[in-house]
Amino acid sequence: MAGVIAAVFKNPGWWRALAYTIIGGAIGFGLVVALRKISGLPAFQTQQTGYPQVIVPAITAPLGFLIGIGCFDYWFRWAIGAPTFPKEREHENHGAYSWRDYFKVNTDHKVIGIQYLVTTFFFFFVGGLIAMIMRAELAQPGTQIVDPSTFNSLFSTHAALMIFVFVIPAFAGIANYVLPLMIGAPDMAFPRLNALSFWMLPLAGLLFLGSYLAPGGAFDAGWTGYAPLSTGAPLGQSFFNLGVQFAGASSIATALNFLVTIVTMRAPGMNFWRLPLLVWANLSTSLLVVAATPFIAGVQFMVLFDRILHTNFFQAAFGGDVVSYQHIFWFYSHPAVYIMMLPGFGIVSEVISTNSRKPIFGYRLMALALIGIVVLSYSVWAHHMFVAGMFSWLRVPMMITTLLIAVPTGIKIFSWLGTLFEGVIHLKSTAMLFALGFIATFTIGGISGVMLGMIPIDIHVSDTYFVVAHIHFVLFGGSVFTIFAGVYHWFPKMTGRMYDEKLGRIHFWLTLVGMLGTFIPMHWIGMEGMPRRVADYSATFGDWNLFISICAFILGAAQLIFLYNMIVSWRFGPKAGPNPWRAKTIEWQVSSPPPVFNFPEIPRVVGGPYEYGVPGARHVIMPGEEAEIKQPERAGVGAPS
Amino acid sequence: MRGLPIAKLIAAVIVLTVVTSVIMLIPNWNGEQASTAASKIDTLLDVIIVIASFVFSVVMVMLGYAVWKWRAKPGDESDGSPIHGNTRIEIAWTAIPTVIVLALAVYSWITLSDIEAHDPNRMVVDVYSQQYEWHFDYPETGTTSRELHVPVNRQIEFRMHALDVIHSFWVPEWRIKKDNVPGITTRAYITPTKTGDFTLICTELCGIGHSTMRAPVVVEKSQADFDQWASSQPPIKSDEQQGEKLPSGPTTPSQVAQ
Repeated sequence: MAGVIAAVFKNPGWWRALAYTIIGGAIGFGLVVALRKISGLPAFQTQQTGYPQVIVPAITAPLGFLIGIGCFDYWFRWAIGAPTFPKEREHENHGAYSWRDYFKVNTDHKVIGIQYLVTTFFFFFVGGLIAMIMRAELAQPGTQIVDPSTFNSLFSTHAALMIFVFVIPAFAGIANYVLPLMIGAPDMAFPRLNALSFWMLPLAGLLFLGSYLAPGGAFDAGWTGYAPLSTGAPLGQSFFNLGVQFAGASSIATALNFLVTIVTMRAPGMNFWRLPLLVWANLSTSLLVVAATPFIAGVQFMVLFDRILHTNFFQAAFGGDVVSYQHIFWFYSHPAVYIMMLPGFGIVSEVISTNSRKPIFGYRLMALALIGIVVLSYSVWAHHMFVAGMFSWLRVPMMITTLLIAVPTGIKIFSWLGTLFEGVIHLKSTAMLFALGFIATFTIGGISGVMLGMIPIDIHVSDTYFVVAHIHFVLFGGSVFTIFAGVYHWFPKMTGRMYDEKLGRIHFWLTLVGMLGTFIPMHWIGMEGMPRRVADYSATFGDWNLFISICAFILGAAQLIFLYNMIVSWRFGPKAGPNPWRAKTIEWQVSSPPPVFNFPEIPRVVGGPYEYGVPGARHVIMPGEEAEIKQPERAGVGAPS
Repeated sequence: MRGLPIAKLIAAVIVLTVVTSVIMLIPNWNGEQASTAASKIDTLLDVIIVIASFVFSVVMVMLGYAVWKWRAKPGDESDGSPIHGNTRIEIAWTAIPTVIVLALAVYSWITLSDIEAHDPNRMVVDVYSQQYEWHFDYPETGTTSRELHVPVNRQIEFRMHALDVIHSFWVPEWRIKKDNVPGITTRAYITPTKTGDFTLICTELCGIGHSTMRAPVVVEKSQADFDQWASSQPPIKSDEQQGEKLPSGPTTPSQVAQ
């Protein structure tokens, strides 16, 4: 018995995670109760916003879990000067040899990439289910299925799950798998930090979902959590504040990891103008994450402190400034829109170039446009606040920068179209269908974004269904389409098997039709007078809402085809060769799935990544390949033809 | 890029732009126009609809043409033309959109200062919002009401005050929206041009009663009609005459904890 208990505490894994989670929670709970006893207060505080006996364990239990599952073992040993691991066990937690290895702390970027994708798609389906309940409620005016309080919780958790634990980390998952391979690196720069980043993510999602168990229901102040609605909201809101901390910390650590990896671990010859655009995109995204994400972490702490420590950051009666919440929030959350889009731009560049057998048109301008978006996106946040009562002169400069950001975005659209011209366009890949569909849907989302950027129009449509339509055109038609493109494109690389192209095509067309049917009419009802975030609405919008709900159910059902296709193909799909798309970038030059350390020796990069149709051009010389192949002159990417 | 049927492509873009614009300009998207601002905002909307149709048509024609023209034949494993770019085209598609969006910004700015111009003869109405109702003070007559009544064709300055959380004041027919923010007074200006009944809608999520937080709006036929109605209403409660009122209710943690 004692031996079993000792083993539980010694070996990282799920048993120790369970034990440490309970211990962590108990320490937090005991600390609160003890301190309150010492202070002569009742043991529990159960007023609406307080609950320290829940909040503190909600911080300590997840930390206990992270320690128990084994994220810190190496660092703790190293910090206290104990022997870390013997040489022969150094790579014990690296690479997956059975399905069980995916449920452990693993330092292999490929395993972490899969862990990310499976976890984020779990939350995608939960968030999607929540959307289905909302659309069922909204199919008719009046309230039928859920009460207004539950409805507010539903759209708040839908957005929080989709943004913080689906879109942002799904891109991190794809990049985790692909990016080190693409730059010819054996792994990420900080593999253990990478593992910690991943394991914080399910905790964020579980905190968001766990808020449904809190008295007063799940957080219901929207994903924007505007103060003072959020500072006065029931306990569930604190779970949102804490969940954002875990998702944010995960995001920041991953961004640092990507930055250091891209800057220091490129293979010899891989200069910045030879980087595939997916790498450029993640470089740009990471620059946004490291500087912007601390702002949302900070502002959620300020809300949490207002709630439980009775600070008065946002309490107007006590000298707080209500509008400042929105400034800090959007200083993160507008760049976040690009955090949720730039990696998708990278994916689309890879997919379109490969499947139209053409170099990217205007590669250097494409890379510079990404950097342009990064710089501009820090100067547009207040366009979310044109009617919020901020200093009115700030509106016009923010409008100008907002409209200007359409320029680098337009450059990317035109460059993809230029890439298609005179290509040999293969439409059999589902990834390509999603990439082309993305060009259409994202153009619509971009146009409605320009409309929203124009102050007089924004005054009318702000906080209406027009905004709901716009964000779903950019986040579904933009981010989710590109995530699908990425998953389909690299599925053969990740699993070594092909997915069913026919089911993929059905998934694409149903998704496209469902998406257009769901979100186009939302523009119209918004302009006509339907506000967003309402459980009930004027009967005049009843017919359109019924139509929208039907299309939303089609959209939701289509995702089950994707789920079936992925699961069955992963297990039974026909074997994929190393390079089913005949792509040039490095990840396709190794086996599918790649070996544990990616390359027996580091490859040597000798040219641009998209040299389709250039006679004799090569991107990379893999270890073992004859080095005699001569590089033709002027094969560099971006050279004017 | 030689050998492209440029004339045909341009013709296709123009046709698609015209067709899309015409279809998109027919419906009255924003509904009834009942203020001086409404027609200006709707004109701006019409302009952006035409420009948007053009941009959308350019992208769709290029996308459709490329996929139709260069779609791979089954079994074709060749590569496309190794074109890496074209500096002139790239400069064009950077510069032209820049000019378009800057022009839109200037036009929006002009419209904005136009619809927000102040009339010295305006009437002030104090708007108070709280979970989940509105009331309105009329300083000219010293009365208060749960209905918003205003005379037609006179500019109104709304001074907005939130008593608990943020609410937002929206009358779609007026094309006016402004948040009511605890601790500060926000202002909005509008000149109603149509008499009749409208609805004031709260557009900032404010809690469980948000969807039904509405108030009736009546635009009176004349100043005299308005005065007659206003003077029949109860007088303003004294503590609200200060203009600013501190938030109350159970939303501040310090009060909750007490």
